[in-house]
Amino acid sequence: MRFRRIWAMFTARNREFFRDRATFGWNFLFPFLLVVGFAIIFSGDSPQEFKVGLFSCPTQDPAAAAACVPPELAGIQQIQYIHFDHLEQGLERLKHHKIDLLLHKEGPPFRYWINETAPKGQTLELVLVGSLTDDGPRLLSRQEALNVRQVRYIDWLFPGIIGMNMMFSALYGVGFVVVRYRKNGVLKRLQATPLTPFEYLSAQMLSRLFVLAFSITVLWIGCHFIFDFTMEGSYFDLVIVFLLGSLSLIALGLIIAARGTSEEFANGVLNFITWPMMFLSEVWFSIEGAPDWVRGIAQIFPLTHLLRAVRQIVNDGARLADLGLEVAVLALLTLLFLATGAALFSWNK
Amino acid sequence: MKTTTAPILECRGIIQRYGRLTAVDDLSLAVPPGICFGLLGPNGAGKTTLIEILEDIIRPTAGEVFYLGKPRTSLFRQQIGIMFQQTALLAFMTVQETLATFHKLFDKAYDLEELIRLCHLDDIRKQLNDKISGGQRQRLLLALALINQPELLFLDEPSTGLDPQARRNLWDIVHQVRSQGKTIILTTHYMDEAQHLCDIVSIMDHGRIIATGSPQQLIARHTRGINITLPPDAAEAITSNAIFQVNRLADRVVLQVTDLNRAIQALLEASVDLTHMSVQSPTLETVFLNLTGRKLRE
Repeated sequence: MRFRRIWAMFTARNREFFRDRATFGWNFLFPFLLVVGFAIIFSGDSPQEFKVGLFSCPTQDPAAAAACVPPELAGIQQIQYIHFDHLEQGLERLKHHKIDLLLHKEGPPFRYWINETAPKGQTLELVLVGSLTDDGPRLLSRQEALNVRQVRYIDWLFPGIIGMNMMFSALYGVGFVVVRYRKNGVLKRLQATPLTPFEYLSAQMLSRLFVLAFSITVLWIGCHFIFDFTMEGSYFDLVIVFLLGSLSLIALGLIIAARGTSEEFANGVLNFITWPMMFLSEVWFSIEGAPDWVRGIAQIFPLTHLLRAVRQIVNDGARLADLGLEVAVLALLTLLFLATGAALFSWNK
Repeated sequence: MKTTTAPILECRGIIQRYGRLTAVDDLSLAVPPGICFGLLGPNGAGKTTLIEILEDIIRPTAGEVFYLGKPRTSLFRQQIGIMFQQTALLAFMTVQETLATFHKLFDKAYDLEELIRLCHLDDIRKQLNDKISGGQRQRLLLALALINQPELLFLDEPSTGLDPQARRNLWDIVHQVRSQGKTIILTTHYMDEAQHLCDIVSIMDHGRIIATGSPQQLIARHTRGINITLPPDAAEAITSNAIFQVNRLADRVVLQVTDLNRAIQALLEASVDLTHMSVQSPTLETVFLNLTGRKLRE
């Protein structure tokens, strides 16, 4: 292995990225516009149906769940009930906008909590109280608002958009581009030199890592000034998690890049991977309450673990030591994807 | 082909199949060092497949390739240069940056300024790769192939698509490289290119070599003296005989003759209209025509 050859490929790829002004600009503009758009449209709340958490209710079965709520509320179709074993679980989900209201069965009166920064929670409270035909206060008892810092929807959403941008940049910037290089003969030209596949793939990986680091930094600083995000955790921990997340996503891109000369096919495969990953990894909204198999599929995506770790650092102030599972999964996925991509790689097939 | 010096490159029993198509059919050849060796043949003859096998770009279905008498190792890539028939250049890079990038990939490399001078790239060194002309692009690709001062240079259809002046410029550079004692393996379907550049030519058709020798040897061995070309309608009644060997093509009739005076006499006696007659010395195309009954670019 010659570092000089890796460096030559690293600088060549960086030049291409930074000189391609249209792609370069879009890489920053797109996520920024998304953040601005969502900040304006939802004003801090998410767009899904109402989700009500229940704890000390024995089942998620809708009929049984109905027995845990005031009878006047049981018929409201727009409410999805989600079961929690512990109050702390429910409060944590409420804080992170994964549910709109938390209800405790032991009553009447039924105790409930809302997140005061979430307009949907306040709306749901009005709906619930307004729908009671009996003496409302006898049936419902609002508890103290969460006594921790409230997480705005935009605070929760921003890491998702950063992560989504990383995903597209890593997968298309490596997977799609290398397939294009193979199709137009650039890889064949490189094959005619002493450059090894390992050196070439390392250079692609490092270059994309550099591009991601640069774009995340610019985006983070820009949005921080505009939206005044609160960072609860350590920036060092955040950098480590972003590094691992970037590597795992780039390594996934290397698998796409390993074979093939059809850009159309590569695009199809990338769509097949990115769209489910975007929705199931909770970029835009929580999948709390989704069927178990859906949440199981979400676990195979590196973006799921990346966003979970980033949100815990940014929103909750978690430390790396608290994120052992996510860090380990990201590291393992990186190694798995990298080994697969390197084993499958071909210069010309 | 028998040579007295040990070949720089040799292949034995090469077969390359793509499904039911056999692109290279049990082919063996040896290339002596220090010569320009040409593979001449029509499109689809298997030239590019064979040269890519020799370059170690594709692995053959069967057969072996030896460099300096031994199987090729990773050092092979350090000692060869390749100019592909079709290749894209790195995007958003200038000519000089492209050369500098490839320069770093080799342990031993040309002095960049010297290479730029050799390939006449000085005027365009700061231009982006996608802003240069076809001839300039071919010179840049040749410079990339030469960047490691290769002992063995592969040129796959180097002048395809170039205008006559650009082709001449490219040939001049190849001549200079050849004069430095380097070995060149070149594929082409231009007979004049093969005649102009090559010391030895192998003519390929349907994945096989059908003749090998110097251009002069091949012409002497496989043609008869002089070619008379006539329009097809002017020579309808003429058939091969002791005086003519007749090759009928779609757009002309070529008569190969050994005695021009006698041939013209015979044509006049047969009342053939000679208004549009032309007379040429035979070329490698005539060799190919005689060996296969087809034109090189049919």
